[in-house]
Amino acid sequence: MEESSYQTMLSRSQSVQKGVKIGIPLAIGYVPVALTYGVLAQQAGLSIIELTLMSVFVFAGASQFMAVNMIVAGISAVEIIIATFVLNLRHFVLSLSLMNEFRNHIPLKSRAALTLGLTDESFAVSALNKEEREEKHGVLFFTALYLVGYLSWIGGSVAGGVLGEVIPHQLSQSMGVALYALFIGLLVPAVKKEMKFAIIAIIAMLLNGVLDQFVSEGWAIVSSIVLGSFFGIFILKDEAS
Amino acid sequence: MIIVIIIGMALVTMIPRIVPAFLVNKFVFHSWVNRWLQAIPYAALGALIFPGILTVKGEDPKIGLLGGLVAIILSYIGLNVVFVVMGAIAAVYFLTM
Repeated sequence: MEESSYQTMLSRSQSVQKGVKIGIPLAIGYVPVALTYGVLAQQAGLSIIELTLMSVFVFAGASQFMAVNMIVAGISAVEIIIATFVLNLRHFVLSLSLMNEFRNHIPLKSRAALTLGLTDESFAVSALNKEEREEKHGVLFFTALYLVGYLSWIGGSVAGGVLGEVIPHQLSQSMGVALYALFIGLLVPAVKKEMKFAIIAIIAMLLNGVLDQFVSEGWAIVSSIVLGSFFGIFILKDEAS
Repeated sequence: MIIVIIIGMALVTMIPRIVPAFLVNKFVFHSWVNRWLQAIPYAALGALIFPGILTVKGEDPKIGLLGGLVAIILSYIGLNVVFVVMGAIAAVYFLTM
Protein backbone atom coordinates (compact mmCIF):
# COMPACT_ATOMS: atom_id res chain seq x y z
CA MET A 1 0.00 0.00 0.00
CA GLU A 2 2.78 2.43 -0.79
CA GLU A 3 0.46 4.59 -2.83
CA SER A 4 -1.72 5.29 0.19
CA SER A 5 1.04 7.21 1.92
CA TYR A 6 -0.74 10.23 0.47
CA GLN A 7 -2.59 11.41 3.61
CA THR A 8 -1.20 14.83 4.38
CA MET A 9 -3.85 15.68 6.96
CA LEU A 10 -4.98 19.05 5.75
CA SER A 11 -7.17 21.00 8.13
CA ARG A 12 -10.74 21.84 7.16
CA SER A 13 -9.87 25.30 5.90
CA GLN A 14 -6.80 24.03 4.04
CA SER A 15 -8.96 21.47 2.26
CA VAL A 16 -11.47 24.13 1.25
CA GLN A 17 -8.69 26.46 0.08
CA LYS A 18 -7.10 23.72 -1.96
CA GLY A 19 -10.46 22.88 -3.54
CA VAL A 20 -10.98 26.52 -4.51
CA LYS A 21 -7.46 26.75 -5.93
CA ILE A 22 -7.84 23.60 -8.01
CA GLY A 23 -11.25 24.92 -9.11
CA ILE A 24 -9.90 28.18 -10.56
CA PRO A 25 -8.99 26.86 -14.02
CA LEU A 26 -12.48 25.33 -14.09
CA ALA A 27 -14.00 28.76 -13.47
CA ILE A 28 -11.76 30.39 -16.10
CA GLY A 29 -13.06 27.84 -18.57
CA TYR A 30 -16.71 28.17 -17.56
CA VAL A 31 -17.20 31.92 -17.36
CA PRO A 32 -16.79 32.78 -21.07
CA VAL A 33 -18.96 29.82 -22.07
CA ALA A 34 -21.60 30.78 -19.50
CA LEU A 35 -21.55 34.41 -20.68
CA THR A 36 -22.14 33.25 -24.24
CA TYR A 37 -24.97 31.00 -23.08
CA GLY A 38 -26.55 33.91 -21.21
CA VAL A 39 -26.41 36.14 -24.29
CA LEU A 40 -27.85 33.49 -26.63
CA ALA A 41 -30.58 32.44 -24.21
CA GLN A 42 -31.64 36.03 -23.74
CA GLN A 43 -31.70 36.57 -27.51
CA ALA A 44 -33.77 33.40 -27.84
CA GLY A 45 -36.45 35.02 -25.71
CA LEU A 46 -35.81 33.41 -22.32
CA SER A 47 -36.26 35.76 -19.38
CA ILE A 48 -33.32 36.33 -17.04
CA ILE A 49 -35.07 34.17 -14.46
CA GLU A 50 -35.64 31.34 -16.92
CA LEU A 51 -32.11 31.30 -18.25
CA THR A 52 -30.73 31.43 -14.71
CA LEU A 53 -33.00 28.60 -13.54
CA MET A 54 -31.77 26.48 -16.42
CA SER A 55 -28.17 26.99 -15.27
CA VAL A 56 -29.12 26.32 -11.65
CA PHE A 57 -31.10 23.13 -12.28
CA VAL A 58 -29.58 21.65 -15.41
CA PHE A 59 -25.93 22.76 -15.09
CA ALA A 60 -24.76 21.08 -18.28
CA GLY A 61 -23.34 23.52 -20.79
CA ALA A 62 -23.62 21.72 -24.10
CA SER A 63 -27.23 20.69 -23.49
CA GLN A 64 -28.20 24.21 -22.46
CA PHE A 65 -26.85 25.59 -25.74
CA MET A 66 -28.65 22.87 -27.62
CA ALA A 67 -31.93 23.54 -25.79
CA VAL A 68 -31.73 27.26 -26.55
CA ASN A 69 -31.23 26.51 -30.26
CA MET A 70 -34.11 24.05 -30.24
CA ILE A 71 -36.40 26.52 -28.46
CA VAL A 72 -35.64 29.11 -31.15
CA ALA A 73 -36.42 26.51 -33.81
CA GLY A 74 -39.78 25.86 -32.15
CA ILE A 75 -39.07 22.21 -31.37
CA SER A 76 -41.37 20.52 -28.84
CA ALA A 77 -40.50 20.17 -25.15
CA VAL A 78 -40.52 16.37 -25.35
CA GLU A 79 -37.97 16.34 -28.16
CA ILE A 80 -35.75 18.82 -26.33
CA ILE A 81 -35.85 16.69 -23.18
CA ILE A 82 -35.04 13.48 -25.07
CA ALA A 83 -32.14 15.13 -26.87
CA THR A 84 -30.85 16.41 -23.51
CA PHE A 85 -31.04 12.91 -22.08
CA VAL A 86 -28.97 11.48 -24.93
CA LEU A 87 -26.41 14.29 -24.80
CA ASN A 88 -26.01 13.98 -21.02
CA LEU A 89 -25.99 10.19 -20.87
CA ARG A 90 -22.21 10.30 -20.71
CA HIS A 91 -22.54 11.65 -17.17
CA PHE A 92 -23.71 8.20 -16.13
CA VAL A 93 -20.45 6.64 -17.25
CA LEU A 94 -18.34 9.45 -15.80
CA SER A 95 -20.21 9.31 -12.51
CA LEU A 96 -19.88 5.52 -12.30
CA SER A 97 -16.12 5.81 -12.74
CA LEU A 98 -15.80 8.52 -10.08
CA MET A 99 -18.19 6.91 -7.61
CA ASN A 100 -16.23 3.67 -7.87
CA GLU A 101 -13.17 5.62 -6.71
CA PHE A 102 -15.12 7.31 -3.93
CA ARG A 103 -17.01 4.26 -2.65
CA ASN A 104 -14.66 3.44 0.22
CA HIS A 105 -13.70 6.99 1.05
CA ILE A 106 -16.68 9.31 0.82
CA PRO A 107 -20.00 8.50 2.53
CA LEU A 108 -23.06 7.82 0.37
CA LYS A 109 -24.97 11.02 1.14
CA SER A 110 -21.99 13.25 0.44
CA ARG A 111 -21.01 11.52 -2.76
CA ALA A 112 -24.60 11.49 -4.00
CA ALA A 113 -24.74 15.24 -3.42
CA LEU A 114 -21.44 15.74 -5.22
CA THR A 115 -22.73 13.97 -8.35
CA LEU A 116 -25.21 16.81 -8.84
CA GLY A 117 -22.25 19.05 -9.66
CA LEU A 118 -20.73 16.57 -12.08
CA THR A 119 -19.88 17.89 -15.53
CA ASP A 120 -17.25 16.85 -18.06
CA GLU A 121 -14.93 19.42 -16.53
CA SER A 122 -15.55 18.83 -12.84
CA PHE A 123 -15.32 15.10 -13.49
CA ALA A 124 -11.98 15.45 -15.26
CA VAL A 125 -10.54 17.68 -12.54
CA SER A 126 -11.72 15.44 -9.71
CA ALA A 127 -10.73 12.16 -11.39
CA LEU A 128 -7.21 13.47 -11.86
CA ASN A 129 -7.05 14.73 -8.26
CA LYS A 130 -8.64 11.62 -6.83
CA GLU A 131 -5.95 11.19 -4.11
CA GLU A 132 -7.82 13.95 -2.26
CA ARG A 133 -10.59 11.46 -1.43
CA GLU A 134 -8.18 9.94 1.12
CA GLU A 135 -7.85 13.20 3.00
CA LYS A 136 -9.72 13.48 6.25
CA HIS A 137 -11.66 16.43 4.85
CA GLY A 138 -11.75 15.19 1.27
CA VAL A 139 -15.47 15.94 1.06
CA LEU A 140 -14.75 19.60 1.75
CA PHE A 141 -12.11 19.67 -0.96
CA PHE A 142 -14.51 18.30 -3.57
CA THR A 143 -17.42 20.44 -2.35
CA ALA A 144 -15.31 23.60 -2.66
CA LEU A 145 -14.06 22.53 -6.07
CA TYR A 146 -17.58 21.81 -7.36
CA LEU A 147 -19.03 24.99 -5.89
CA VAL A 148 -16.42 27.14 -7.62
CA GLY A 149 -17.45 25.58 -10.92
CA TYR A 150 -21.18 25.74 -10.22
CA LEU A 151 -21.23 29.33 -9.00
CA SER A 152 -19.05 30.57 -11.85
CA TRP A 153 -21.42 28.89 -14.31
CA ILE A 154 -24.49 30.50 -12.74
CA GLY A 155 -22.79 33.87 -12.30
CA GLY A 156 -21.58 33.86 -15.91
CA SER A 157 -25.04 32.95 -17.20
CA VAL A 158 -26.73 35.77 -15.30
CA ALA A 159 -24.06 38.27 -16.37
CA GLY A 160 -24.42 37.22 -20.02
CA GLY A 161 -28.21 37.55 -19.85
CA VAL A 162 -28.18 40.91 -18.09
CA LEU A 163 -25.19 42.63 -19.66
CA GLY A 164 -25.23 41.10 -23.13
CA GLU A 165 -21.98 40.79 -25.02
CA VAL A 166 -19.62 42.25 -22.43
CA ILE A 167 -16.55 40.55 -23.83
CA PRO A 168 -15.36 41.60 -27.31
CA HIS A 169 -16.07 38.90 -29.86
CA GLN A 170 -12.43 38.17 -30.60
CA LEU A 171 -11.65 37.63 -26.92
CA SER A 172 -14.68 35.44 -26.26
CA GLN A 173 -13.82 33.38 -29.32
CA SER A 174 -10.26 32.98 -28.04
CA MET A 175 -11.62 31.93 -24.67
CA GLY A 176 -13.46 29.12 -26.44
CA VAL A 177 -10.19 27.20 -26.34
CA ALA A 178 -10.13 27.35 -22.51
CA LEU A 179 -11.99 24.13 -21.75
CA TYR A 180 -9.93 22.18 -24.28
CA ALA A 181 -6.76 23.60 -22.74
CA LEU A 182 -8.06 22.55 -19.33
CA PHE A 183 -8.54 18.98 -20.58
CA ILE A 184 -5.07 18.99 -22.15
CA GLY A 185 -3.57 20.43 -18.98
CA LEU A 186 -5.04 17.50 -17.05
CA LEU A 187 -4.15 14.82 -19.58
CA VAL A 188 -0.52 15.70 -20.31
CA PRO A 189 0.83 15.33 -16.74
CA ALA A 190 -0.98 11.99 -16.42
CA VAL A 191 0.52 10.80 -19.70
CA LYS A 192 3.99 11.89 -18.58
CA LYS A 193 3.65 9.49 -15.66
CA GLU A 194 2.05 6.65 -17.61
CA MET A 195 2.12 6.38 -21.42
CA LYS A 196 -0.74 3.89 -21.32
CA PHE A 197 -3.15 6.73 -20.60
CA ALA A 198 -2.15 8.36 -23.88
CA ILE A 199 -3.07 5.21 -25.78
CA ILE A 200 -6.54 5.15 -24.20
CA ALA A 201 -7.07 8.87 -24.88
CA ILE A 202 -5.94 8.63 -28.50
CA ILE A 203 -8.17 5.62 -29.17
CA ALA A 204 -11.13 7.57 -27.76
CA MET A 205 -10.22 10.61 -29.88
CA LEU A 206 -10.11 8.55 -33.06
CA LEU A 207 -13.36 6.78 -32.21
CA ASN A 208 -15.06 10.09 -31.56
CA GLY A 209 -13.63 11.57 -34.77
CA VAL A 210 -15.14 8.71 -36.76
CA LEU A 211 -18.45 8.30 -34.90
CA ASP A 212 -19.06 12.05 -35.02
CA GLN A 213 -19.57 11.68 -38.80
CA PHE A 214 -22.36 9.16 -38.41
CA VAL A 215 -24.33 9.69 -35.19
CA SER A 216 -25.35 12.64 -33.04
CA GLU A 217 -22.75 14.28 -30.80
CA GLY A 218 -24.27 12.75 -27.65
CA TRP A 219 -24.08 9.17 -28.90
CA ALA A 220 -20.64 9.71 -30.42
CA ILE A 221 -19.13 10.96 -27.15
CA VAL A 222 -20.70 8.36 -24.88
CA SER A 223 -19.78 5.48 -27.20
CA SER A 224 -16.19 6.66 -27.65
CA ILE A 225 -15.76 6.97 -23.88
CA VAL A 226 -17.21 3.51 -23.22
CA LEU A 227 -15.35 1.79 -26.08
CA GLY A 228 -12.09 3.73 -25.66
CA SER A 229 -11.87 2.97 -21.95
CA PHE A 230 -12.56 -0.69 -22.73
CA PHE A 231 -8.96 -0.94 -23.92
CA GLY A 232 -7.95 -0.05 -20.38
CA ILE A 233 -9.08 -3.52 -19.31
CA PHE A 234 -6.18 -5.00 -21.25
CA ILE A 235 -3.48 -2.43 -20.65
CA LEU A 236 -4.01 -1.12 -17.12
CA LYS A 237 -2.84 -2.90 -13.99
CA ASP A 238 -5.10 -3.49 -11.00
CA GLU A 239 -4.90 -0.69 -8.50
CA ALA A 240 -4.60 -1.70 -4.86
CA SER A 241 -7.44 0.06 -3.07
CA MET B 1 -43.60 26.23 -21.28
CA ILE B 2 -39.91 27.01 -20.78
CA ILE B 3 -40.31 25.93 -17.16
CA VAL B 4 -41.53 22.49 -18.29
CA ILE B 5 -38.48 22.17 -20.52
CA ILE B 6 -36.17 23.18 -17.65
CA ILE B 7 -37.73 20.69 -15.21
CA GLY B 8 -37.58 17.89 -17.77
CA MET B 9 -33.98 18.68 -18.69
CA ALA B 10 -33.03 18.86 -15.00
CA LEU B 11 -34.51 15.41 -14.32
CA VAL B 12 -32.97 13.62 -17.30
CA THR B 13 -29.61 15.20 -16.47
CA MET B 14 -29.74 14.57 -12.73
CA ILE B 15 -30.78 10.91 -12.83
CA PRO B 16 -27.78 9.60 -14.81
CA ARG B 17 -25.51 11.68 -12.58
CA ILE B 18 -26.82 10.48 -9.23
CA VAL B 19 -27.70 6.80 -9.83
CA PRO B 20 -24.04 5.58 -9.83
CA ALA B 21 -23.55 6.96 -6.28
CA PHE B 22 -26.04 4.30 -5.11
CA LEU B 23 -25.06 1.61 -7.62
CA VAL B 24 -21.54 1.27 -6.25
CA ASN B 25 -23.02 0.42 -2.85
CA LYS B 26 -25.01 -2.45 -4.30
CA PHE B 27 -22.35 -4.11 -6.42
CA VAL B 28 -18.81 -5.25 -5.93
CA PHE B 29 -17.20 -5.08 -9.34
CA HIS B 30 -14.99 -7.68 -10.90
CA SER B 31 -11.40 -6.49 -11.30
CA TRP B 32 -11.80 -6.06 -15.05
CA VAL B 33 -14.73 -3.69 -14.45
CA ASN B 34 -12.55 -1.69 -12.08
CA ARG B 35 -9.84 -1.41 -14.71
CA TRP B 36 -12.43 -0.31 -17.24
CA LEU B 37 -13.75 2.36 -14.87
CA GLN B 38 -10.21 3.53 -14.10
CA ALA B 39 -9.60 4.09 -17.80
CA ILE B 40 -12.72 6.23 -18.24
CA PRO B 41 -11.16 9.59 -17.26
CA TYR B 42 -8.52 9.24 -19.98
CA ALA B 43 -10.97 8.09 -22.62
CA ALA B 44 -13.28 10.96 -21.62
CA LEU B 45 -10.47 13.50 -21.91
CA GLY B 46 -9.60 12.17 -25.36
CA ALA B 47 -13.18 12.25 -26.62
CA LEU B 48 -13.80 15.69 -25.13
CA ILE B 49 -10.70 17.18 -26.75
CA PHE B 50 -11.09 15.76 -30.23
CA PRO B 51 -12.71 16.57 -32.63
CA GLY B 52 -14.27 19.43 -30.62
CA ILE B 53 -11.04 21.40 -30.52
CA LEU B 54 -11.25 21.87 -34.30
CA THR B 55 -14.34 24.06 -33.82
CA VAL B 56 -12.73 26.77 -31.66
CA LYS B 57 -12.77 29.07 -34.66
CA GLY B 58 -15.67 27.95 -36.81
CA GLU B 59 -14.24 27.75 -40.30
CA ASP B 60 -10.56 27.36 -39.46
CA PRO B 61 -9.68 24.10 -37.65
CA LYS B 62 -5.96 24.89 -37.43
CA ILE B 63 -6.58 27.72 -34.93
CA GLY B 64 -7.91 25.25 -32.37
CA LEU B 65 -5.13 22.78 -33.18
CA LEU B 66 -2.45 25.43 -32.64
CA GLY B 67 -4.08 26.53 -29.38
CA GLY B 68 -4.08 22.88 -28.32
CA LEU B 69 -0.42 22.53 -29.27
CA VAL B 70 0.47 25.51 -27.09
CA ALA B 71 -1.47 23.90 -24.23
CA ILE B 72 0.43 20.62 -24.73
CA ILE B 73 3.80 22.39 -24.64
CA LEU B 74 2.97 24.53 -21.58
CA SER B 75 1.59 21.52 -19.77
CA TYR B 76 4.54 19.35 -20.77
CA ILE B 77 7.06 21.79 -19.27
CA GLY B 78 5.14 21.48 -16.01
CA LEU B 79 3.15 24.71 -15.76
CA ASN B 80 0.08 24.85 -13.54
CA VAL B 81 -3.23 24.27 -15.37
CA VAL B 82 -4.23 27.93 -14.87
CA PHE B 83 -1.26 29.06 -16.97
CA VAL B 84 -1.87 26.32 -19.53
CA VAL B 85 -5.42 27.65 -19.98
CA MET B 86 -4.37 31.29 -20.13
CA GLY B 87 -1.50 30.54 -22.51
CA ALA B 88 -3.84 28.76 -24.91
CA ILE B 89 -6.32 31.65 -24.77
CA ALA B 90 -3.51 34.12 -25.50
CA ALA B 91 -2.25 31.99 -28.40
CA VAL B 92 -5.68 31.85 -30.05
CA TYR B 93 -6.19 35.55 -29.41
CA PHE B 94 -2.99 36.48 -31.25
CA LEU B 95 -3.59 33.95 -34.03
CA THR B 96 -6.98 35.46 -34.81
CA MET B 97 -5.87 39.11 -34.64
